[in-house]
Amino acid sequence: MSSITPLEIKEEFFKNKMGITGILILVSLVAISIIVIIVIPVETFQEWNNPESWIAYPKIAIPVWVNIFMFEKIPEHMILEKPDIKNVSQEGISLTSHQFGLNFDYDDFPNDFIYIFSSEYTGSPLLQMSIIRPDGIKIELLSTSLPYSNSKTIHYERVFSTDEAIKKNLSLQSEKFKFTLDNLSAEDIVFSKTQTNEPLKGNYIFSIDLYGIKSEPLINESKLIIGGKAFGMMGTDELRRDLAIGLLWGTPLALFIGLVVSIASVIMGLLYGVYAGYKGKKTDEVMMRFNDVIYALPALPFLIILSVTISNSIFLMVGFLMIFGWVGIAKVARSMSLQIKTHGYVDAANVMGQKDSKIILKHIVPQLLPYAFASIAISVPAAITTEAGLSFLGLGDPLFPTWGQILHDANTFGAAARGLWWWIMPPGIMIAITGLAFVFIGNALDVIVNPKLRR
Amino acid sequence: MLLGMKRYVVTRMATMFGVLMVTLLITIALVGSNMDTILKQGIVFQVRSEITENPSIGQSFSSVVEFEAFIQTQIDQRVKVLGLDEPWYSPQRVGITMYKILLLDFGHATFLTSDSGSSDVKDILFEKLPRTVLLFTTATIIISIMGVFLGALSSSKIGSTTDRITSSFAIVSSSFPVWWIGMLMIFLFAFTYQIFPARATPDIPLSDPGYIGSLLYHMALPLITIVMIGFGSWAYMVRNFMIGIMQEDFIMAKKAIGINQKKIIYTHALKNAAPPIVTILALSLSGSLGGAIITEAVFDWPGMGRLYFEAISVMDLPVIIGATYLLTVFFLISIFIADLLYGYFDPRVRAGQ
Repeated sequence: MSSITPLEIKEEFFKNKMGITGILILVSLVAISIIVIIVIPVETFQEWNNPESWIAYPKIAIPVWVNIFMFEKIPEHMILEKPDIKNVSQEGISLTSHQFGLNFDYDDFPNDFIYIFSSEYTGSPLLQMSIIRPDGIKIELLSTSLPYSNSKTIHYERVFSTDEAIKKNLSLQSEKFKFTLDNLSAEDIVFSKTQTNEPLKGNYIFSIDLYGIKSEPLINESKLIIGGKAFGMMGTDELRRDLAIGLLWGTPLALFIGLVVSIASVIMGLLYGVYAGYKGKKTDEVMMRFNDVIYALPALPFLIILSVTISNSIFLMVGFLMIFGWVGIAKVARSMSLQIKTHGYVDAANVMGQKDSKIILKHIVPQLLPYAFASIAISVPAAITTEAGLSFLGLGDPLFPTWGQILHDANTFGAAARGLWWWIMPPGIMIAITGLAFVFIGNALDVIVNPKLRR
Repeated sequence: MLLGMKRYVVTRMATMFGVLMVTLLITIALVGSNMDTILKQGIVFQVRSEITENPSIGQSFSSVVEFEAFIQTQIDQRVKVLGLDEPWYSPQRVGITMYKILLLDFGHATFLTSDSGSSDVKDILFEKLPRTVLLFTTATIIISIMGVFLGALSSSKIGSTTDRITSSFAIVSSSFPVWWIGMLMIFLFAFTYQIFPARATPDIPLSDPGYIGSLLYHMALPLITIVMIGFGSWAYMVRNFMIGIMQEDFIMAKKAIGINQKKIIYTHALKNAAPPIVTILALSLSGSLGGAIITEAVFDWPGMGRLYFEAISVMDLPVIIGATYLLTVFFLISIFIADLLYGYFDPRVRAGQ
């Protein structure tokens, strides 16, 4: 072991296919983390547990790429924010018209549609909503006046497709359809063929007209949401959260937890074990008994008690994981340093009167470095899965969306029973891939460090 | 030699007992203050409800102040009787608590009860324990048998297809959390293809003759999951032990004599790999009990792990303390056995003491 130089380790390592695969996965995970930290604003993950900020998203929507494999296309969720705006003024009546064009090319009706707007006006302007369908038929949806106001006021409103007024308007236009409209929801009528109640594909234009008399009303915010059953690359969950964001943010968090825990525990264990082994006698005995005590503590129950009674902050969790992480490494490091101690040059250094700390750091620890790197790599997956397990039990830090927490939510909302595979599979696969990268690297290093395994 | 063994056993036992005490102390230190608050709240609640049940006590007081003072003295009295007037960290109370726990007297659970309705923590624990042992011990035994044979097989043909499949399966399976595979298995085999029940709790009463059958049927899915995730790394470990042993001189000598490969592997080499394998078996038997917490929560298996999880979600501290103690005891016993086996098989270990 002592005969291997770092250069040799590097050469050996890159001959190993497994090691290279591990490094490649790790590099891409790190790349994802960096991109996530730069590109996705920090607010999105701070808002992870705030239902308000996810309101425009659909509930339990399937990932959009599923449509590639589907014969019958599932309607995608659409959030339209850029209408064509027209302003017309004639004889004291001014009209602001917002038009949203959309291409509806799916084999199922949308879930609903919502128009969200805020308007600045005086008096009581008239709001009209209508749809021009691909077959040229125009359907009036709504005609209502906004609440009267003497002075300039800002009015915010959400018009839902479930609105009673829309329903009434549609039933007045029932002669356009060849089937009965009773018990059908607004979106099932608006997006339907006239002959049978099946989705009509093509370009639709939603137009919203606001008429003001003597004053010019303004529409500040204008957003049309066509509620679909598919959204984003990873779909959404029961609380309308975009799972892609949770999964992406989970990457830097998992790497942080895994690397910090394993590096810190390996360093702790290494120094502890080497010191005990080097000192020997009483010191060794006392230190190893203490090691035995920590080794014999049941880790998971204690981690649970610690996170329940002290705090579930992610940083403290990292500390708790370290408490249990260093023990095994200390044992191995001790026996290795017992061996190295017998080498002549350590004796020589001792006779020359070098300080203990210098001998340990300069002569013993460097010999153990290859082993230390292998141990770091091998102990990362355990740290990640343990944290994920604690989060899965609902003991995670609510401020940070980790993969374990996504799975915890999936379990609470019965995702398995409801067949929501996109909520269960990706977080677990991410945990496994991350673990795998480190296991690969660790195994490749282990083969180099343990000559016995080489053949 | 026997003397060395005896001394070894005694020192190990002393260490284990020390560890047990430390574990207990840490547990009490962590939950102690919460425990006191909960117990005191319990007393206040008890006193108030006794008085509401008995209106004549309330009528005998002329003023509210007097009445409240009466209640307060009642509460104080009971607090004193239970020794709660001293802080939980006073040596006397810690001593009493630890003594009681050593004798398996964990007191009464705050919220949880056993299936038969008892709130005595001991009853609850001993009702759940056999079920956990049933599931996880069975799984560990299956895993170790499969592991030893697959490991021996792949070590005899290093680089063969069997070896490659076993090794890569071991590496891949070790990075999957068992509980996540559990979720997937439930998703696949309980809901998509309805072969196994989704909840592992048997739904017929204990007295029913079909209970055992039902229990086994409900046990199948968690058992398959645990075995599936576990056996790979066992096989890999056994393989690596064997490779190490196959390079020893005595095996080389046997090869040179011309004893056939199969015989060398299954008799001579496996026998020499036995000590570490048996040791690890002893450790993993108890280790599986600790890991049961999450797995049982996923499968809803009515054992110690789920009990622990439930106790934590409602903060039922006597149950938490009791379960932690029991888990620690099991863990220590198995470490102890593992140590003994190791010392027995390898005289160098004893000499090191």
